[in-house]
Amino acid sequence: MNASIATNQTILVVGGGISGMTAALEAAECGKQVILAERDTSLGGRTALLYRYFPKMCHPTCGLEINLRRLKANRNLRVMTQTEVVSVTGQRGDYNVTLKISPRYVNQNCTGCGECAKVVEAEIANPYEYGLSKTKAAYLPHAMAYPQRYVLDASIVGTADGEKAKAACKYSAIELDMQIETVELKVGAVVWATGWKPYDAAKIQPYGYDRFDNVITSLEFERLADPHGPTGGKLLRPSDGKEAKNIAFIQCAGSRDENHLRHCSRICCMASLKQTQYVREAYGEEGKSTVYYIDIRSIDRLEDFYQKVQQDPTVKFVKSKVASIKLHEASGDLVLHGVNTEGYHRYAEQHDLVVLAVGMEPESNGIALPADIVTDSSGFIEGSKDGGQFSAGAASSPLDVNRSVQSATAASLRAIQVVHKTSASEGAR
Amino acid sequence: MTVQNQQAVARYRNDFLREVEERVEDGEWVKMCMQCGVCAGSCPLGNAWQHTPQKLFMMIRAGKREEVLTSDAMWMCTSCYNCIVRCPRKLPITHIMHGLANYAHRLNIAPKGQPTREVAKLFWNNLAKTGRVNELKFSLAMYFKDGFVQGIKNAMAMQSVGLGLVKAKRLNPMELFGGHKCKDTGSFNKMIAKAREIEDRKKGFTS
Ligand SMILES: Cc1cc2nc3c(=O)[nH]c(=O)nc-3n(C[C@H](O)[C@H](O)[C@H](O)COP(=O)(O)OP(=O)(O)OC[C@H]3O[C@@H](n4cnc5c(N)ncnc54)[C@H](O)[C@@H]3O)c2cc1C
Ligand code: SF4
Ligand code: SF4
Repeated sequence: MNASIATNQTILVVGGGISGMTAALEAAECGKQVILAERDTSLGGRTALLYRYFPKMCHPTCGLEINLRRLKANRNLRVMTQTEVVSVTGQRGDYNVTLKISPRYVNQNCTGCGECAKVVEAEIANPYEYGLSKTKAAYLPHAMAYPQRYVLDASIVGTADGEKAKAACKYSAIELDMQIETVELKVGAVVWATGWKPYDAAKIQPYGYDRFDNVITSLEFERLADPHGPTGGKLLRPSDGKEAKNIAFIQCAGSRDENHLRHCSRICCMASLKQTQYVREAYGEEGKSTVYYIDIRSIDRLEDFYQKVQQDPTVKFVKSKVASIKLHEASGDLVLHGVNTEGYHRYAEQHDLVVLAVGMEPESNGIALPADIVTDSSGFIEGSKDGGQFSAGAASSPLDVNRSVQSATAASLRAIQVVHKTSASEGAR
Repeated sequence: MTVQNQQAVARYRNDFLREVEERVEDGEWVKMCMQCGVCAGSCPLGNAWQHTPQKLFMMIRAGKREEVLTSDAMWMCTSCYNCIVRCPRKLPITHIMHGLANYAHRLNIAPKGQPTREVAKLFWNNLAKTGRVNELKFSLAMYFKDGFVQGIKNAMAMQSVGLGLVKAKRLNPMELFGGHKCKDTGSFNKMIAKAREIEDRKKGFTS
C-alpha cells in the first residue's frame, strides 16, 4: 500500500479482532482515515475460533460477516495484515509509527482457488486449532478469513514444495522472494485493540495440563465442538479418541490467583456455562457436565443464562477449587481431588475429560509498548498519558464480545476527538 | 477458665476475628481467605482432622471462639506447605495454624494431652534451659511421658537404635549428667525472658 496517505489526522488501530474492527469501522464511517494493522494473516481475532457465542448461542460468523461487509464498503479504511507495530514516538495528534510487515508470499492476485495447497506436501501444526490438527503449509487461515487469500508458510520457501506451489498457481499470485517490509507513518491517534491470550495452563502444576492428554483448555474445547474443527464437531478426547460424556469444567484456572493471574477473567464462567450446553447438544440427557467453581460470575444480564443452565439436569455444580488431578491409568480418565466447600465434603471424582477454563491475559504482555502507555497491575492497557492513545476490548480488560464492542466504540470516539482537534488546529494555522 | 482466657473473652467480646488479628501470629491474614477450599483439598492429612484450614478461617469469622481454640486441627499440621503453595490469596496458612496453636496453648485451652502439644512442650523446656538441645534427655523424656512402665518399654524397644547412635558418636551417654550448653547461659536466659516479655505484651497477656 501507499504509506504516504497517512497524515496526522489518521487513526491507527492495532489489532483486527472484533474490537479493532469495530473501532476502525466506527471511525471510518465517520469519515476519518483509518489504518487497521493486524499481526495475523487474517482479521477476526479470537472470536473467529469460537464455536458459538453466549448468550444467544449464535455462530460467530454472523457477527464477523456484518463487519466484513461494512469494511469492504468503506474507502476510508485500510487493512494491513501480518503487520506489527515496532514503535510509536511523538505525541498526541502527531505520532510517528513504525510498522513491520511480514511476507505472506501470496499477492493480491490470489483468488482462493486452493491449487497451491493441493500440490504442497509439507504440513504444519494448524495455527487455528491450538495444535489439535495439521494443515498444509499453503493454507487459507479459516473459512471466515479476511482477506480470503492463501498464505505460504515461511518454512517451505526455498524448498521444492515452494516451487511446486508457485508453478501450480495460474494467477502468478505466489511470490517467493517477498521480504519483510518496514513502513513509517504519521498518525494522530492510536487505538490498541491487541486483545488477549489464554494463560499458559501448564503453569498450573497440580492440574497437569502438560502431563495428562485428557486435560485440555476451554479454547481447545471450542475447537472440538465446532463442526469445522479437528474432530468435525465430535467431543473426542485426545488420548484415545473416545467420545467424552462425563466432562469436568474447572473454573478460575489461572485467574483470581496471586500465583498466576490476579484478576478475574470475567468471561470464563460464562464460557463454561455455554460449553455445558455443547455437551447437551451432543448427547442430550446422556452427557454429564460438572462445573467446579469458587463462585459463578455471570455478570448482570447474563445471570439469566446461568439460571437456565442451573435448571439443566445434565449439569452439576460443585463449589470447590479443585486441589489436584491424578491420572486413572487403566482408563485414561482423571480423578479430581478436593473439598466441596458446601458442607466440607472431601471428594475424588472421576471424569473422562477435564476442561480448564483458562484465564485471559493481555496479549500485549511480552511486547514492547510505547513508554507513554499506562497499564494496570495485570498488564491491561489503560491508555497513554498524553491522551492520544486508547485501548479497546480485551486489550483494556477481560471483556466478552458485547462489552468489547462497546469499549471499542468508546475508544473510537475518543480517537476521533483527538484527530478532530488536530485538524481544527491545523486549519487555523 | 484461665485468667488470661477470661480477660481475652472480656476484651474482645463477640469479635473473635479481631482477637485473632491482634494476638495470633499472621492472624491479620485470615480475612483475606475467599473460601475456595484448595487448602482443604491439598492437605495430606485428608480426613484425619476435623477442621481444615479453610473451615477454621470461616469459623474464626463466624466467632466460633471456643470451637476454634479447643480444636486439635492446628496441632495436626505437619508443615508440609502444600496449602501455602496453592492458596490463590497467598495466605501464610501453615504459619497461621502454628499461630493459632500457640495462642490456644498460651491461654491453656488447647486440648490436654494432645501429642504434638506435649512433644512441643518437652522440646521447649529442654532447649530453653541451656540454649542447646540435649537429645538424650529429650529422648528419655519422650519415652517416659506416658508413665514409668511405658517409659521402660519404650526404652527397651529403642535400645538397639540408641546403642547404634552411641557407637556412631551421634549420642553421648555423658549428656545425662548436665550435658553441653551454650557459653553464656545467663545471657541466653535473659534473652529468652526478654523475648517472652515482648511476646506477652504483643499478645495482650500483660497490660
Ligand atoms: C473459552 C472462551 C470462550 C469465549 N466465548 C465467548 C462467547 O461465547 N461470547 C462472548 O461474547 N465472548 C466470548 N469469549 C470472549 C471473547 O473471546 C473476547 O471478548 C474477544 O475475543 C475480544 O475481542 P478483541 O478483539 O478485543 O480481542 P482478540 O479477539 O484477542 O483480537 C485481538 C487481535 O489483535 C491482534 N494482535 C494482537 N497483538 C497484536 C500486535 N502486537 N500487533 C497487531 N495485531 C495484534 C490479534 O492477532 C487479534 O487478531 C470467550 C473467551 C474464551 C476464553
Ligand atoms: S469469570 Fe469465573 S472462572 Fe473466570 S476468573 Fe472469574 S470467577 Fe473465575
Ligand atoms: S486456599 Fe487460601 S483462599 Fe482458599 S480456602 Fe484456603 S486459605 Fe482460603
